[in-house]
Amino acid sequence: MTGYLIRRLGQAVLVVAGVIVLTFAIMRLVPGDPAVAYAGPKASAAELAAARARFGLDDPLWVQLWNYVRDLLSGEWGTSLHTRQPVASDLTTVFPASLELVGAALIVAVAAGVPLGVLAARYKGKFPDFSVRLSSMLAVSVPVFWLALAVQTVFASNLGWFPVAGEYDATLDTTSPLRVYTNITAVDALFTGNWPMLTSTLEHLVLPALVVAAYPAGVIAQMTRAALIEEAGQDHARMARALGFGETAVLTRFSLRPAAGPVLSLIALVFAYAIVNGFLVEAVFNWPGLGRYAADSIRSLDTPAIAGVTLVVALLYVLANLVVDLLQSLLDPRVRKAG
Amino acid sequence: MKTPAKGWTGTRPAGTALIEVRDLEVRAGGRVISSVPELDLGPGECVAIVGESGSGKTTALMATMGLIEGADVSGKITVCGTDVLSASPRTLRAVRGARVALVMQSPQAALTPTMRLGTLMRRALARHGVKGAEAAERARDAVGAVLLGEEILRRYPHEVSGGQAQRFAIALAIALGAEAVVADEPTSALDVTVQAEVVAVLRRLRAEHGLAVLLVSHDLALVSRIADRVLVMREGRVVESGQARTVFAAPADPYTRELIAAVPELPGGAP
Repeated sequence: MTGYLIRRLGQAVLVVAGVIVLTFAIMRLVPGDPAVAYAGPKASAAELAAARARFGLDDPLWVQLWNYVRDLLSGEWGTSLHTRQPVASDLTTVFPASLELVGAALIVAVAAGVPLGVLAARYKGKFPDFSVRLSSMLAVSVPVFWLALAVQTVFASNLGWFPVAGEYDATLDTTSPLRVYTNITAVDALFTGNWPMLTSTLEHLVLPALVVAAYPAGVIAQMTRAALIEEAGQDHARMARALGFGETAVLTRFSLRPAAGPVLSLIALVFAYAIVNGFLVEAVFNWPGLGRYAADSIRSLDTPAIAGVTLVVALLYVLANLVVDLLQSLLDPRVRKAG
Repeated sequence: MKTPAKGWTGTRPAGTALIEVRDLEVRAGGRVISSVPELDLGPGECVAIVGESGSGKTTALMATMGLIEGADVSGKITVCGTDVLSASPRTLRAVRGARVALVMQSPQAALTPTMRLGTLMRRALARHGVKGAEAAERARDAVGAVLLGEEILRRYPHEVSGGQAQRFAIALAIALGAEAVVADEPTSALDVTVQAEVVAVLRRLRAEHGLAVLLVSHDLALVSRIADRVLVMREGRVVESGQARTVFAAPADPYTRELIAAVPELPGGAP
């Protein structure tokens, strides 16, 4: 188990190193001179040279890479060209908001996708299976920005059941200000007992989280169904039937855990995907997350900020995979032994 | 092809068999894949179905458990008084495990990989209404009856040997109080010495607990050691059936002679 953990951590470090080199390369390859972007289009040659010197753009590439890695490790992620703030501090405020949205969406996606997959596998080829497959196909194929706009129009603008946009009611900043610990508003509100803030955040979270959850819920339902049907055809499932267990028990009590492997791997994948997919949803619901920050950075060719966003998403992906591998080894003793 | 004579099952009065099969036919894709005109298994008896792979013997066995999917089953199968083909799923589930238990070919694959053997045993017992202290006692007695230590209950399937896993599968049957075991090639995935252990356990349980065994095997040497009666199947049909001693001593069908000739340990086998 320990050896397995160390090996997986080593792999993760390698992946992160690869991502750092890649973001560095991309920063140097994108069209547009960062010095020009910083100094402005009307800057004189002397001002440009000063900017180049300031960012070390005249150094050899390997020196620049070394400086980049050293800065990253010491928490110095560069200065954003459009907010003029350190990228690291920008990210600590926008990233938790995205995490809140995607985390809530993923909880919804798993809570809906897994039971729906079980239902479809249980009634394979019958009406429930058909409806689950149809609706999950819809959830997967509908463009997320369209879904966001449609849901916002119907449930917020027309019916008025939920707020239209934002993370919480802005007047609460004065009437019931939040003490910030994690920057994840819902979590901070919960742990400081700030109930008005918590209620408002949850109300604002419902629609965007459901929209972000649609795609993961669809693929999780499909993968759960496929993995369960496969597992229910194995010898041990036949044995469970021969012991007198009914089909529902064979699926839920005997097949679900052995079949969890592919579903968990998929969850790690869709988690990272949902962060990026969430960018569009954040734009529609004006959610103060990574998406809006990334969009602003791209528009202003803000390479340090773009690199920072890329790195955060990549780190998150690596972390999600690590957590999934860990969960897998907890759920399945065979994985533990292989480690 | 010779049609087996009816009434070979001997002297037992009708209706006392644990498993009674009449005119069983399993069809898939318009073809008969397994057909058994008559089969009876009485308490404490051992009947073996032999034949090469694809002869329909496993299909016949699964049909007696009512576990055939994607094929049409006709005829009459009675297991412990329950008509398998017409019974409700609920009635069938009450029979499975508690009265007739299954032992499969690859022992470890037949046990849920993420479950400790003790958990599997406890759940199976709870399924049939045995819980708490009585369940624990039954589990201990059952693993003892197949000569396993209690610590096996704390292991996962991948942590036990094939022979241990197979004996545990038999222990499940004992714990649930099954009167008959339906075994599909129970020894073919095991080493020769381990095969002997499993066979010894089965023989002992037959003698001490009156456990009946319906055995499917292509291993004629095994069958000759344990079976009272034999059905020989080929291409979905029974080509010969009768007392094991008679069949092995004087095989009537050429195919049976061929099978026996291939086994050196048998009297009629090649030197």
